[in-house]
Amino acid sequence: MLDKSDTAEKMETVARLRDVAFAWPGRSSFSLGIKEFSLKRGERVLLLGPSGGGKSTLLNLLAGVVAPQRGSVELLGADIAILSNASRDRFRAEHLGIVFQMFNLLPYGSVVDNVLLPLSFAPKRRQRAVASAPGDSLEAEAGRLLRALGLEDNDLINGAVGTLSVGQQQRVAAARALIGSPEIVLADEPTSALDRDRQEKFLDLLFAQLSQTNSSMIMVSHDETLATHFDRVCRLEDLISTGRDK
Amino acid sequence: MTVLRLALQSLGNRWITALLTIFAIAVSVMLLLGVEKVRTGARASFANTISGTDVIVGARSGDIQLLLYSVFRIGNAPNNMTWRSYEELGARKNVDWIVPLSLGDSHRGFRVLGTNNEYFKHYRYRDKRKLGFASGGVFNDMFDAVIGSDVANALGYKLGDKIVVAHGIGEIGGNDHDNMPFRVAGILAKTGTPVDDTVHVTLGAIEAIHLGWKGGTSNSSRTFKVDEVRNMELKPKAITAALVGLKSRFAVFKFQRFVNTFRKEPLSAVLPGVALTEMWSLVGTAETALFVVTIMVVITALLGMVAMIFATLNERRREMAILRSVGAGPKTLVGLLSAEALIMTLAGIAVGVVFLYALLIVVRPYFDSAYGITIDLSLPSYVELWSLAAIMIGGLLAGLLPAWRAYRNSVADGMIVRT
Repeated sequence: MLDKSDTAEKMETVARLRDVAFAWPGRSSFSLGIKEFSLKRGERVLLLGPSGGGKSTLLNLLAGVVAPQRGSVELLGADIAILSNASRDRFRAEHLGIVFQMFNLLPYGSVVDNVLLPLSFAPKRRQRAVASAPGDSLEAEAGRLLRALGLEDNDLINGAVGTLSVGQQQRVAAARALIGSPEIVLADEPTSALDRDRQEKFLDLLFAQLSQTNSSMIMVSHDETLATHFDRVCRLEDLISTGRDK
Repeated sequence: MTVLRLALQSLGNRWITALLTIFAIAVSVMLLLGVEKVRTGARASFANTISGTDVIVGARSGDIQLLLYSVFRIGNAPNNMTWRSYEELGARKNVDWIVPLSLGDSHRGFRVLGTNNEYFKHYRYRDKRKLGFASGGVFNDMFDAVIGSDVANALGYKLGDKIVVAHGIGEIGGNDHDNMPFRVAGILAKTGTPVDDTVHVTLGAIEAIHLGWKGGTSNSSRTFKVDEVRNMELKPKAITAALVGLKSRFAVFKFQRFVNTFRKEPLSAVLPGVALTEMWSLVGTAETALFVVTIMVVITALLGMVAMIFATLNERRREMAILRSVGAGPKTLVGLLSAEALIMTLAGIAVGVVFLYALLIVVRPYFDSAYGITIDLSLPSYVELWSLAAIMIGGLLAGLLPAWRAYRNSVADGMIVRT
């Protein structure tokens, strides 16, 4: 039996990696180990490090796209390392929002279609999105998020993806990551294609939305100047030990 | 549902290539079904060249040879049958009617057939249809000729025109029976059978124009006059073949046996239906070859589709990564690409079938009049539906190749595409 403080402690931690070892199947030359990493509810962590330092692999592990060969990846109290592939995919759909560096959007479908995409794979998240939607309309919820993230032009919101600038595309990607209020948002250098002013503005709007739902965020970047926006900064090289050969 | 919607949207995003792929499949489906339709039509028309005749009798030869020269006017009879045998057969109690056929002459490349008015009464083609007259009528005079519709069209003949028959079947001059011209008394309606290419004359006239001829040349110094031969009692000594109708179809085999074992001269009797089937089986190899070619065309179209999907896989790696990031499993990606292949195959089949029927409606009258081939506009047969099902399954299986590749890419990439 867990006592109350222990439960509270658990509730506070939304992600915890312990003694993780991972190597890509068929690529024996690269292996990665993580001793310990945890993320608290509502916490914003910046992972600083160069490309090729294992950040893609770390994101894949956190998102449950791959499972470690050893160790545990606990998300929201569940060890996704021991879940089946399909269950991990489902878990990701329900509880995680993900923003890539660029090329976040499907070239077909409208802006709103792109924002609503995760809900097709996550029925519970869809319910949450409907619950917080103005007038129970998912389209309206997508529109609300897009406006909150600074994409205010109705023509753009209702238009095709191809007409958007890179900055606008990143806002759409952020709206997609936030819809249905997932507990954890993972972002892979989402601002690297934006200039300094827009980076600041983008992060402010993104964090404002995260605060509303008390969601946590892990962002990976090589840009140290962003550090002031975050609760905590980790260097990848301190976190991850990589092996280049067997 | 999501997968289906994504597949449709994705195809819509590449609509030009998708449309061309669908079109290629549609053309292959058209070809496969079209060949089948024309083949079935041709086979039916072929089998319908002659009907209503129970037995064809001629000098001893192979069944197909007898059929070829008596009905299709192809090749020559190895021998004649005597008029005496003809009369003896006609007198048998089972025989309902008998029509003599005398071949060997021609008119400007068209075969001349000596017969009598019984021919127009008893000859049947295509579901027991009688020969109809476009104009004029049957023989009223010894030197009347009734011509088939192709003869009339090709040579521009009308009723009352005089025509001269040449000896033999070549188009070599100097052998004309020009002392006795014929008058066009009737023009037959189009039948789509060899009747269209035939000049019909009376049996008596065949005898008359050969008076004084021996061994293919006119060796007589005497030239007979038309009025002179009219009064002569001309009985042919021999004819080429005879069409026989029996009172009861049950008597067919008995009659056939009687003819085949006829003592006075060696004769053959064939059942037209049996001989036609036997003959059609000769072209079976060509049919199979044609069928194989159309299958190859279908396979080519499906391969084109696979190549098209493969070609897009690389540019769609990011798309796959995005889908993975929002919670789609690798199996969903397999489903997506398979769905795309299936949608294009089904669309190709649907478009192909619609186009084919539209085309058939347009070309049908032409095929009917030009080749005598009636194309059945009925719904696809079981065989055709099975072919379509096979194409669909083929499309689905073909789609699994790029889907499997996408699956492997996705597992290897995770959700972040290495650039």
